[in-house]
Amino acid sequence: MSNKISETLTFECETGNYHTFCPISCVAWLYQKIEDSFFLVVGTKTCGYFLQNALGVMIFAEPRYAMAESEEGDISAQSNDYEELKRLCLQIKKDRNPSVIIWIGTCTTEIIKMDSEGMAPKLENEPGIPIVVARANGPDYAFTQGEDTVLAAMAHRCPEQILLIERKKVIQDSNIQNLFSFLSLEKKEETTNKNFEKLRKNPPLVLFGSLPSTVASQLSSESKRQSVQVSGWLPAQRYTDLPSLGDQVYVCGVNPSLSRTATTLMRRRKCKLIGAPFPIGPDGTRAWIEKICSVFGIKTEGPEKREEQIWENLKDYLDLVRGKSVSFMGDNLLEISLARFLIRCGMIVYEIGIPYLDKRYQAAELLFSQNTCKNMSIPMPRIVEKPDNYNQIQRMRELKPDLAITGMAHANPLEARGINTKWSVESTFAQIHGFTNARDVLELVTRPLRRNNNLENLGWSNLTKKETKNKI
Amino acid sequence: MKLAYWMYAGPAHIGTLRVASSFKNVHAIMHAPLGDDYFNVMRSMLERERDFTPVTASIVDRHVLARGSQEKVVDNITRKDKEERPDLIVLTPTCTSSILQEDLQNFVDRASITSNSDVILADVNHYRVNELQAADRTLEQVVRYYLEKARRQGTLDQSITKEPSANIIGIFTLGFHNQHDCRELKRLLQDLNIKVNKVIPEGGSVKDLQDLPKAWFNLVPYREIGLMTAIYLEKNFGMPYISITPMGIVDTAECIRQIEKHVNNLVSNKKFNYEPYIDQQTRFVSQAAWFSRSIDCQNLTGKKAVVFGDATHAASITRILAREMGIRVSCTGTYCKHDAEWFKEQVQGFCDEILITDDHTKVGDMIARIEPSAIFGTQMERHIGKRLDIPCGVISSPVHIQNFPLGYRPFLGYEGTNQIADSVYNSFTLGMEDHLLEIFGGHDTKEVITKSLSTDTDLTWNHESQLELNKIPGFVRGKIKRNTEKFARQNNITNITVEIMYAAKEALSA
Repeated sequence: MSNKISETLTFECETGNYHTFCPISCVAWLYQKIEDSFFLVVGTKTCGYFLQNALGVMIFAEPRYAMAESEEGDISAQSNDYEELKRLCLQIKKDRNPSVIIWIGTCTTEIIKMDSEGMAPKLENEPGIPIVVARANGPDYAFTQGEDTVLAAMAHRCPEQILLIERKKVIQDSNIQNLFSFLSLEKKEETTNKNFEKLRKNPPLVLFGSLPSTVASQLSSESKRQSVQVSGWLPAQRYTDLPSLGDQVYVCGVNPSLSRTATTLMRRRKCKLIGAPFPIGPDGTRAWIEKICSVFGIKTEGPEKREEQIWENLKDYLDLVRGKSVSFMGDNLLEISLARFLIRCGMIVYEIGIPYLDKRYQAAELLFSQNTCKNMSIPMPRIVEKPDNYNQIQRMRELKPDLAITGMAHANPLEARGINTKWSVESTFAQIHGFTNARDVLELVTRPLRRNNNLENLGWSNLTKKETKNKI
Repeated sequence: MKLAYWMYAGPAHIGTLRVASSFKNVHAIMHAPLGDDYFNVMRSMLERERDFTPVTASIVDRHVLARGSQEKVVDNITRKDKEERPDLIVLTPTCTSSILQEDLQNFVDRASITSNSDVILADVNHYRVNELQAADRTLEQVVRYYLEKARRQGTLDQSITKEPSANIIGIFTLGFHNQHDCRELKRLLQDLNIKVNKVIPEGGSVKDLQDLPKAWFNLVPYREIGLMTAIYLEKNFGMPYISITPMGIVDTAECIRQIEKHVNNLVSNKKFNYEPYIDQQTRFVSQAAWFSRSIDCQNLTGKKAVVFGDATHAASITRILAREMGIRVSCTGTYCKHDAEWFKEQVQGFCDEILITDDHTKVGDMIARIEPSAIFGTQMERHIGKRLDIPCGVISSPVHIQNFPLGYRPFLGYEGTNQIADSVYNSFTLGMEDHLLEIFGGHDTKEVITKSLSTDTDLTWNHESQLELNKIPGFVRGKIKRNTEKFARQNNITNITVEIMYAAKEALSA
């Protein structure tokens, strides 16, 4: 399939001189997601300063993460890594008593070739806490790929699925649910029974990708509407609740940056991967749910209607964005899905910068994007992997997009030059998945446009001095 | 290894980048992995910079780890040279390059052959110095480089200006209120009839560095950056420097007297006398001297305070509180461990105890133990204060965006004394007000009538939806609840489930 796509899609690859967050930033949302975890970043002051500045206020809420800050003695191997880490982990156990400690490897551990994977199993026995090792380092990965490395490491810790027992449990659970529904609403009895029949048919489905728990339960209930039961999430709210995996289990990703996790689930845990577009935007959500249903041979009930209804609700925002142009500088791998949604909203996308594109894992999304372009009769935008920010800014000066989706390093300078910007990190932290949150995406995208409507007539959109104006 | 949650001073390369990007038309290239360029984010966000931060990275990726940087660094330097035509390119090592131990000097030598810009390698070691020490060192390195270059080329003019003049050394980007302080210092010198020769590094051009020796003396307002440069200039050009921070009324006067001494050393005919100026400013222009006599300040007498910050600000504020306002400083401290001796000497006799540490938990424990009426510290202490319900005035880096005010807020000079007095007074009164509120049970004694528009009688939330509602952050929970119930009523639904909540969200786009 990927071959077929690349015939018509144009991919470019630049120098990789672009701004993005270090992948260790994934601890920011993962420690909040996995309630009983503790993240230990094994690195230097540089990593610590990044987390402290990038995550701002969060640090003061007694976070469950810390730095194991390497000192000169650690680099020159004067002190023993194993003993040092043991000391820190015992202290963490004493202070916080987490259910799991996750070591985040950094550039430093890569360069000094610290054998974290070798040490962890030995060390696990001493404090008696599972230790998961994820190498979320800058030399290899960008921003959201950090989560990918953590989830891939965690996939190994999921219990083995024993199908018979599991199925029995599903039946029991459903029986209990039936009991309750008898009590409350008798009319529903029939439909519940039907649903229950259908639910039984659908083999276990595990969704992977860290989402705020509200969004996760929204997506779960979205698939429940189609009688697809989600049997678990990777990650779950607690480490002790990791879903069981096995060769009967179907898995499906909710985020575009999780290709390693997908590979691990398929190759090491023998799961069956459902390749679907990602549930971002009402179009994406519908395509996502339809793909899952088609794999399970279930006829969908009314997602078209639901999609239509959501579009209807977005009308005021669509009027704002229609015909406007947008460029993605690229830093968090959500770019393809977001661009596809914005194209469907009627926007023109000039360029999709993206740190890394796994054409196999994102195949369905790419195909879907292509079809979206066809339906909206606009050309497929250029996709630039490992972009070069300097070149991108030059292109932006020529094309003058109505909106640039970019990192915080470039936002203010672009604004000063009269180009509207939206911080790309916001789409990482905002709730953007599912039907329910489609409006939130547009809320973000239209904010600079709405701001402009307010300031339009003041006549000071360009705020740089002449001498500096011509420099990038 | 050290278990660390938070740090006061950043890594060395941040200091180098702060100095480099403060100069005009100087570009820094970091030898660093992807993601280490968050300095650009800090500068663009905190300083609200309009221009692109002149810092790029020569990326250390898997290939570099395996085979070394090879041509990459040199290529990146020459590329930047062509694109931006900077006067100077500073190759900046990071913690990563410290361990990789590549011969960066060799890259610099090679690159400087082909590029029009000057190229230097910042001489800082990640594991030996912190942000502030690195900044001090880099500034000295750049100044030395250009003065030696000028000397070699014979363009160095060592004659001093006709009128008294001064260099201000150490104003730079992301510094605590540095922009405002700089303006205040310029005004002060102007009042004294002294010309400002150069301000470095902020806004300075490296091409003008050879004019530094033309000034009569150097003014180094902050302890942390600029001293090395001043000492170098004294040694090599015989330029005197003044390192008394003009913060607070007493120290500002002392600083001006030092200036008088140095200026009078160089003039032969008429001697300058700044005493009338000091007297006029102290008594009538600055309000701080009057403030400390006023009844407001009387109420602060003997109140307990704790001070923590960088060496300059912590020492000056301690002395202002104790000497100028009669406040009892129970403990004062700094995270500048490398400057501990100087700090202890400065605050001797102005406080009960001294704490030198860069571990924020020790500072927190100290504050909890002392229970002062107010804290004067960094953003970290502000958060400690929040947790302990003690008001805090922020007096030093590390800081966040609130500490880059748009309005004029110097800490130095006579206007600075006003700002500090305001900040101190506001911290204490807020604390006092809080205290009184607690004693008298708050302003509102009547129970608040419910703010929600609906009553809970006709609608029931099932267990799941209630759990879901509790997951929503507190400050919007009420709104979500109201909207959901409104939606439920409109649709004649009495039993609210999670699905209804989502449907309501979609319908009302709340």
